[in-house]
Amino acid sequence: MEKYILSVTVQNNAGVLARVSSLFGRRGYNIDSLTVSATTDPKISRMSIIVQGDEPILEQIIKQLLKLEEVQRVDHLQEDESCCSELVFVKLRAENGSERDSIRQLCDLYDAHIVESTGQMMIVELSEVPSRIDAFLDVISNFEVVEMSRSGVTAIEK
Amino acid sequence: MVKSGSEILVETLVEQGVDTIFGYPGGAVLNIYDALYKNSDRIRHILTAHEQGAAHAADGYARATGKVGVCLATSGPGATNLVTGIATAYMDSIPMVAITGNVGTSLIGRDSFQEVYIAGITMPITKHNFVVRHVEELADTIRSAFRIAASGRPGPVLIDIPKDVTSAECEFIPAGKVEIHETYDVTTEELETVAGMIAQSERPIIYYGGGVETANAGAALLELMRRADIPSAHTMMAIGCIPDTEPLSLGLVGMHGTVSAAWAVERSDLLICIGARFSDRVATNPRRFAPKAKIVHIDIDAAEINKNIGVDYSVVSDAENFLEALLPYVKETKHDAWRAQIAEWHKTLDYVPKDDDSVIHPHQLLRTLYDMIGDDAIVATDVGQHQLWSAQYNRCRKVRHFLTSGGLGTMGFGYGAAMGAQVAFPDRTVVHITGDGSFHMNLNELCTSVTYNLPIITIIMNNNVLGNVRQWQTMFYGCRYSQTDLYRKTDYIKLAEAFGGRGFRVTNIAELRAALSDALQRTGPVLIDCRIDKDERVLPMIPAGGTVDDIVAD
Repeated sequence: MEKYILSVTVQNNAGVLARVSSLFGRRGYNIDSLTVSATTDPKISRMSIIVQGDEPILEQIIKQLLKLEEVQRVDHLQEDESCCSELVFVKLRAENGSERDSIRQLCDLYDAHIVESTGQMMIVELSEVPSRIDAFLDVISNFEVVEMSRSGVTAIEK
Repeated sequence: MVKSGSEILVETLVEQGVDTIFGYPGGAVLNIYDALYKNSDRIRHILTAHEQGAAHAADGYARATGKVGVCLATSGPGATNLVTGIATAYMDSIPMVAITGNVGTSLIGRDSFQEVYIAGITMPITKHNFVVRHVEELADTIRSAFRIAASGRPGPVLIDIPKDVTSAECEFIPAGKVEIHETYDVTTEELETVAGMIAQSERPIIYYGGGVETANAGAALLELMRRADIPSAHTMMAIGCIPDTEPLSLGLVGMHGTVSAAWAVERSDLLICIGARFSDRVATNPRRFAPKAKIVHIDIDAAEINKNIGVDYSVVSDAENFLEALLPYVKETKHDAWRAQIAEWHKTLDYVPKDDDSVIHPHQLLRTLYDMIGDDAIVATDVGQHQLWSAQYNRCRKVRHFLTSGGLGTMGFGYGAAMGAQVAFPDRTVVHITGDGSFHMNLNELCTSVTYNLPIITIIMNNNVLGNVRQWQTMFYGCRYSQTDLYRKTDYIKLAEAFGGRGFRVTNIAELRAALSDALQRTGPVLIDCRIDKDERVLPMIPAGGTVDDIVAD
């Protein structure tokens, strides 16, 4: 199963998100993440969707999306030919100094920021391509992760 | 001029060429019905017994005429009762506009009386749907709905109108009927490629479906078949595009298609699919469908290409446009050896049912029927064995003469569809062929035909079982007839009379003939209860997932 990034421009109408997600549900396509955001045109929104599948499934997803009245355009973005980024917050329990130092070093290495630090908890933030986020989460899991929240990918063609 | 939402709805429907709608009143559509009352000289409203009947009638009207069918229902249960009809139209790509009232905008989202989110419910079974929140949007929304329903691959569109929008007023600016002028650019390269594949093929076959009917491409298709000497087989949705009496036609293909068509597909070296979608009722085993053939797919809907079967070449176009463009590139050819091989399969393998006038065999019933109703008659079916027999033994010579729920397989579709067809063509014979199972689902609509003097002839193939499911139980479930024996005592003569129609019971072909000649003279609906044996099977049959090697023919 491959992962594909789709950038979908849609009319900013009530129900358009339901229509797109209903299509994915009905046809049995897997969504890894889906974000909706404003564009420079208030009538148009952009959805960035990460889907899992193979080439025939990708072809079907694109064609089925294009059949929706409110979908204007679907672009299949390549990770190296587009800017794509995701935000993650990780809440960690870190009660002693050496643990905190290790977390700080790791954050420096990945360019992550510590946005909150109390006596027992730290919250770190990282904005990166999904593969780097996966890698960061992999190493940070050596510490005691209390909670994690990923934003889903947003992307734009270069 | 300033008009209310309800008046705008009526004006816009008239502007879009609508003269007939099918519906049922209710609280949320009171304003709309008031406007219809005042405009009854411009729009004819047919009141059905149930909203499902209205939806099927609008669908049948659309199938018989090619125009957009319109149905109207109130909020809540009125709207949900349309759902099966909308889904039926969606699966068969039928242009339809369904209008539902809803509770006022201030009550939406509060679980108000008779409130449902019908736009959400119908999202996966419509091409598109609208909730009109402001009266200023209403006229253009209706125009868009008609454009969407009829353009590209047709389908149903739903417009949900809250009650306060139907009473609110705004300036109405008249416009013309939405005209659809679509062009599909087929390139010279595409045409040369397909023509080249045809020229190289020794064993070509065309498999076509409802897209040929929608595009009215039967004549162009027949010309291609004759010029390049290519036999064809068709889906249930394409009955009448080319008469099955045409020597190059192999009849139906698929689960209950002819054996010769199945073998022709199996051995072909080129299969050209036009306006069909390799559904599981045709490509019963998608991995082994036309295993030796290069497959070319022509469809108006790009998403159909490579959906069910990976193809070697494809062109996105409507069938008529493509075929007309292709014809000049195709050379006259003969495939004598291939045709001889198919003729041999036809002679030795095709299923030939045996006649017996003392009972009613389905094939004889259909032969008698077609002998008596003529070429202009419209046949609407329900779903089950009677539908498959009607398709196998059809004698339709034109498109839009055979109305059947192919994709969704909706039992209870036929009566509503027949009503829609009869309302559209009051002077033509409309026959509803059904089974006793299907007929019980929506027989309430008999009252509608009585009210409107619709002389629909209903032929009930009555075997007192749910024959198609029972056939599967016979063949694949060790004759364990779970819930398919009906043990019903319905007296169809009394039933017809109770509604104000006329009923007959027939047990042999002579009685059927007599009942039919009587029925054809009447001005109101007739039921003919035709007793057939419960062990009659639809043959031949390729079981689901099977191939030509699994054909059951006796």
